[in-house]
Amino acid sequence: MYPIVSVEALNSEVTRMEIFAPQVAKKIRPGQFIMLRIDEKGERIPLTMNDCDPVAGTVTIIFQQVGATTIRLASMLPGQAIQDFVGPLGNPTELDGVKRACVIGGGLGTAIAYPQAKWLHDHGAEVDVITGFRTKDLVILEKEIAEVAAWHKVMTDDGSNGNKGVVTAPLQERIDAGAGYELVSAVGPIIMMKFVALTTKAAGIKTLVSMNPLMVDGTGMCGGCRVKVGDQYLHACVDGPDFDGHLVDYDDAMRRGVAYRKFENAARERCLWAAKAEKIEEQQEAHDRLAETELEGKVGE
Amino acid sequence: MPRLEFNRQEAKTPMPELDPVERATCFSEVALGYSADDAVNEAKRCIQCKNKPCVKGCPVGVPIPEFIALVAEGDFAEAYAYVKDANALPAICGRVCPQETQCEGVCTRGRRGEPVGIGRLERFVADWAFEHPEEAAAALAEKLAVDDEVKSELSLDDSPADNSELLEEGSVPVIPSDVDLTGHRVAMVGSGPAALTCAGELAKHGCDVVVFEALHKVGGVLTYGIPEFRLPKDLVAREISSLEEAGVTFEPNSVIGKLYDIEELMNEEGFEAVFVGTGAGLPTYLNIEGEGLNGVSVANELLTRVNLMKAYDHPNFDTPVFAGERCIVVGGGNVAMDAARTAKRLGADVTVVYRRGLEEMPARAEEIHHAQEEGITFELLTNPVRLIGNDEGWIEGAEVVSMELGEPDASGRRRPVEIAGSEHVIPCDMFIIAVGSKTNPLIAKTTPGLEVTSRNLIIADEQTGATSIPGVFAGGDAVIGAATVILAMGAGKRAAYGISEYLLRCSGEQH
Repeated sequence: MYPIVSVEALNSEVTRMEIFAPQVAKKIRPGQFIMLRIDEKGERIPLTMNDCDPVAGTVTIIFQQVGATTIRLASMLPGQAIQDFVGPLGNPTELDGVKRACVIGGGLGTAIAYPQAKWLHDHGAEVDVITGFRTKDLVILEKEIAEVAAWHKVMTDDGSNGNKGVVTAPLQERIDAGAGYELVSAVGPIIMMKFVALTTKAAGIKTLVSMNPLMVDGTGMCGGCRVKVGDQYLHACVDGPDFDGHLVDYDDAMRRGVAYRKFENAARERCLWAAKAEKIEEQQEAHDRLAETELEGKVGE
Repeated sequence: MPRLEFNRQEAKTPMPELDPVERATCFSEVALGYSADDAVNEAKRCIQCKNKPCVKGCPVGVPIPEFIALVAEGDFAEAYAYVKDANALPAICGRVCPQETQCEGVCTRGRRGEPVGIGRLERFVADWAFEHPEEAAAALAEKLAVDDEVKSELSLDDSPADNSELLEEGSVPVIPSDVDLTGHRVAMVGSGPAALTCAGELAKHGCDVVVFEALHKVGGVLTYGIPEFRLPKDLVAREISSLEEAGVTFEPNSVIGKLYDIEELMNEEGFEAVFVGTGAGLPTYLNIEGEGLNGVSVANELLTRVNLMKAYDHPNFDTPVFAGERCIVVGGGNVAMDAARTAKRLGADVTVVYRRGLEEMPARAEEIHHAQEEGITFELLTNPVRLIGNDEGWIEGAEVVSMELGEPDASGRRRPVEIAGSEHVIPCDMFIIAVGSKTNPLIAKTTPGLEVTSRNLIIADEQTGATSIPGVFAGGDAVIGAATVILAMGAGKRAAYGISEYLLRCSGEQH
């Protein structure tokens, strides 16, 4: 069992969690992921590392409540434990020797982009960070990124933070202004990574993207996580999760990503209904208790 | 031993099975096993011939005539002791071993009529032992004590040369019972049949064994690969807990090569020797157009979802599984049969497509027979050339060609040749690839100095499992490529011998 050390809601959809897994914390590097299973009946889900503390023995993950497992995970408390937590899996992002880079995070991808930016900063690189969110209430890790980024811009789809637009707009501006990036690393929705790659391709900048396909075991066995890179399919779990952004077939990845959508939606519905039913039950109980005390009070009178 | 009055019945005593229609909708075990009367009756078919070809046909050297004679006498506890002493996982081997090409394939009775049902009898004694744990344990303890006495009497004039004779005969070398490995620490990488056997053999001699498994459940292919209806998972769990009782420690969720590498295990974690039994778990593909379509997967995915994650019990278990309404499985091995029969149980109409004929299928005859009984269609001499998708990128059919058999190829099987112009389409909404598996390159990549072949197979000594690195041993599919449970167990047993010899040599003792 792997104890949960802390749980923090970063916003209404996103949770940060520290888990005690000392050997994983010692070994995991930016870009690598873990797989966890909440309990005996749970599914294995992959989550890319957000941070680690080898001294405290903790690994930090950040996840969005998008499916049954992440909704349940978000409701867990410090002191509780997760049944299985395995890692590090996949390969670390290749950041060695880079002196000037731009790291881009879209939505939850920001959680994975952050350790890359931090690693680059800690290893003497000058790193710009661009992050994008639907709206300003969903912005995460602004403070943490500010500490490691030479320059940081937060974009929102609705302009609620004053910067309306997609991440590729400031990226293009910076490239045009002669930022001199040796590397662009993008983590986020597939459609965002696709357009980042298109932008950097025109400028001839090496680009890495982090793919997050369906996965069962995460160790190279199931073949579920195939990503089309160039003219071949590679396994994100053992060959990735980072791939050359100019070779990934994003449309193929989007199509493959929905293969289990029907099941995922049904599971989320069940999970939400279960939570709702629990809430109704609680309300009912509270109502009954109130009624009882009132009744008792009246009897006492 | 008084000569047995043997049973002249020509056919094996039948083993009851679940009805094909009933079982094709559930995951309960198909073969139900012998009753005590069935077992005694079948055991009496053994004529106790002198040259015992069956024992030479067994990769772990089970004393077959001896245990069968005990079954015939109704002494099931002692029969179990004889089997278990030689075979760490008898309940598993009794179910999944290809006996027809091993012990039963060379049985004297098989020259006229059917061979003795050795596998069924092995299964019977192992299942009997699970139901009578105390009697079984007592018999095993007694057998080991007697062995010790015999060995210590012999050891005076028994030189190590006897062991080398054993090796020459091709038998499985066994660690002498007086060898004490207390205080020695050995790591297993992987927890499949090779590593479990190796761990069990070493633990018998007091060795401190830790088994590292990448997945959350131990057992390797026994857990993620072979389906419930052929090998119930609580049976695997029982075999594993008996190893735990023998002192073996299991560390799941530990990917060696990531969490620790082999050098760290040996230099920092205090293991004197490491056995690599990482199997052959990586899928291979057909490399034809359309393999990326939705609804196309490798057998590993289906089997991992269903066996490891228990998706057949979704939504009670979280992991879902999709097997479609019309499912094609391509391949002719045991994995293809497992995938086809699994898809059938999930409600699909299943067709197995195989490029050679029924005769050439590498799957066990019993599995093919069971699949046919369950209503699975076989399109033989047929090979997929292209997968066809709909507008949304889901598979809707496989274009196949008919084949004919030409000259024999390197494997001795007749090579299938395409018949020009025979292309046709088989409609499907699920397509499962089961055309073999390969080894995981992780250990080879992360262990400098470990010699491997071009196919990432670890090069290891056939008799001892020793690799190019002192103290590192290997066996099973990781060394020979995808094969059978029992061959892996044989390799695990030999490596245990090799490891014990190595440990004693390092500490200045001798076998």
